[in-house]
Amino acid sequence: MSREVMEYDVVIIGGGPSGLSTAIKLKQLDKNLNVCLLEKASEIGAHILSGNVFETRALDELIPNWKELNSPIKTKVSKEKFLFLSKTKSLSWPTWLLPSVQKNHNNYIISLANLCRWLGEQAEALGVEIFPGFPASEILYSDNGAVKGIVTQDMGLDKIGNKKDSFEPGIELHGKITVFAEGCRGHLGKQLIKKFDLNKGKDPQQYGIGFKEIWEISDQNHEEGLVMHTAGWPLDNNTYGGSFMYHAENKQVFLGYVIGLDYKNPHLSPFDEFQRFKTHPAIKKILEGGKRISYGARALIEGGLQSLPKMYMSGALLVGCDAGTLNMPKIKGSHTAMKSGMIAAETIIENLKEKKDLSIYEDKFKKSWVYEELHRARNVKPSFSWGLIIGIIFTGIDQILFRGKLPFTLRHRRSDHETLKPASEMPKIDYPKPDNVITFDKTSSVYLTGTNHTENQPVHLQLKDSALPTRYTLEKYDEPAQRYCPVGVYEIQIENDNPKFVINSQNCIHCKTCDIKEPSQNITWVTPEGGGGPKYGNM
Amino acid sequence: MKILVAVKRVIDYNVQVRVKEDGTGVVTDNVKMSTNPPDDNAIEEAVKLKEASKATEIIAVTVGEEKAQETVRKALAVGADKGIHIKVDGIIEPLAVSKILQKIVEKEKPDLVFMGKQAIDDDCNQTGQMLSALLNWPQATFASKIIVKENKLEVTREVDEGLETIEVNVPAIVTCDLRLNEPRYASLPNIMKAKKKPIEQINASDLGVDTKPRIQQIKVEEPPKRKSGIKVANVAELVQKLKNEAKVI
Repeated sequence: MSREVMEYDVVIIGGGPSGLSTAIKLKQLDKNLNVCLLEKASEIGAHILSGNVFETRALDELIPNWKELNSPIKTKVSKEKFLFLSKTKSLSWPTWLLPSVQKNHNNYIISLANLCRWLGEQAEALGVEIFPGFPASEILYSDNGAVKGIVTQDMGLDKIGNKKDSFEPGIELHGKITVFAEGCRGHLGKQLIKKFDLNKGKDPQQYGIGFKEIWEISDQNHEEGLVMHTAGWPLDNNTYGGSFMYHAENKQVFLGYVIGLDYKNPHLSPFDEFQRFKTHPAIKKILEGGKRISYGARALIEGGLQSLPKMYMSGALLVGCDAGTLNMPKIKGSHTAMKSGMIAAETIIENLKEKKDLSIYEDKFKKSWVYEELHRARNVKPSFSWGLIIGIIFTGIDQILFRGKLPFTLRHRRSDHETLKPASEMPKIDYPKPDNVITFDKTSSVYLTGTNHTENQPVHLQLKDSALPTRYTLEKYDEPAQRYCPVGVYEIQIENDNPKFVINSQNCIHCKTCDIKEPSQNITWVTPEGGGGPKYGNM
Repeated sequence: MKILVAVKRVIDYNVQVRVKEDGTGVVTDNVKMSTNPPDDNAIEEAVKLKEASKATEIIAVTVGEEKAQETVRKALAVGADKGIHIKVDGIIEPLAVSKILQKIVEKEKPDLVFMGKQAIDDDCNQTGQMLSALLNWPQATFASKIIVKENKLEVTREVDEGLETIEVNVPAIVTCDLRLNEPRYASLPNIMKAKKKPIEQINASDLGVDTKPRIQQIKVEEPPKRKSGIKVANVAELVQKLKNEAKVI
């Protein structure tokens, strides 16, 4: 099929912190450069979900006068708490005993979605052409194998792929350089990593699933600027995860839970663990009298330096968590993602103007503070494969005594889809029923995400083998997709005594967990029609 | 034939609308906004008529705050030729919008005015009808099919009893139903081109229209929560409860 072609100097895929920072830095370095940025959400920010306690280091470098430009970075962290939870008790850990990476006194409590909206305005003011509602669905290669651009998603196809009256073919966007900034588990980034063997010699990538709810709570429970984290209950010693609770402005708290996707028990339901967590007396007393106003979830990168793929290839760069620049012990990835984008922009300018090879991206990255941070952080996440208690002891030694400078690097041994044990060998978990006050079911939660996909379009969650869920995964793992999906996209229904695997793809919130955790890697997430997916406000 | 299409910026239909705590309205900060869905149908129909050489020019007009321009820009991206943005801040009621549109009609002299049957934010369903009265033009509301004839339109209307087909003389006002057509997607090159098309900005105050609200809004609140249901053991119990508790039979 011949498609319309548009030529740019640089094409950027994804309007999160890394992509927007790349775009802004490019235009700052050369205002005549033609830069376009595609975003699959209906507007910049609508697919962004993050804690977020923001470290301004990268932004200070990118836009030094951000304080004067009405940026949505207002609430400075004023107080910190760290709690270990048992089922009914909580033990407060003295903050002076926290490793310095977990100290937040210079940071801000922000909505990353709003920061991205603001960065989008800054980028547009510099002349970046931003196109929300246009997912990049396919990578284009030139004859010599270099990446030459992407194809935008065809719009107006029906369920079986026929053209509807409203059909609008995708177009080709060619860039001298294409920058992939799709975030964690980008569907094109995944293809590039495979095709160019970018993770050769690296450990398998590690992921987590992060949930977030925004609550409006009563005045007397709200303490603007308070940052609180917890570890322990309801997770057992062998499951990696913890919670965050950030008291933002307007009596809101950002409440969330992160669970490592290397969990072993197929009966575990990350969503229900999060809901159950809220019933802990130390948490419940803060939420009581409040109201949940937002819900969402997104997979995140946890692998760190050991799992970071090569970030350059012929004609293209990976930035942010499309590669995996999140700093796990810091529980922060926005500043590192932004910095990686800024380094990518410098690389591109030198490549276009001085014909330097794109491999200088790696050299620049290694000399930057991002690399130093990630290097220091590298041993924390793998140490938790020994369990929570040993992980904490080791992290204390590694981070407080040695400041991340131990002379060895722990490895990640397995991919997250390989860690599930058979359902018959693992205990079933009896989750309490939602009370619809503090805890909720998936149906009422998905409603708050505002997600929608035009009904009559091809299913964007593709099965390599459509019979596998009922033939194999159901018996062996009790089909964990029913539980790891945070919005109930996957269901097993019984029809005439036979199990049937149902995919409610219109509920999808683009978190990518299924693409990561499915034990046989049978589910592939591809782009739906543009503008589909969640409509997050200030997430 | 020249068509004026009125479009409105509203909270996106997928967003769960939240009432402000102080009851003065709904939360719109950082909420995804879009073109009112039936207004998209109005634009689509105008573009179709132009493609069929039955219309010569399409002007998209919106009334609202600075950002309302986005809806005009979108209309330009799917085929409108020219945009007009009447700038006004704060709440604006259908009567004021109709009076503003009347001025625009007098200025632009369109043969037809299309708009959505109602906006999904206030559900007023008044602007088209009021404009028709102000201009003394015929109106065809809830249109699900439009056939252009010589100086006339044959319009099929979605009414409670089914479908009603009427003929109206041109010039006329048509308010569009969702079933009228399937709005097209704006293509990327057309969005680029739309950025270069002109949008005329006019301050509402310069039109000499009094936009002061006529309605005093006392309170906005959420509908009461539905009580959870109960399970009954048998039909007899159900009938008994419907009769004695629900009192519906």
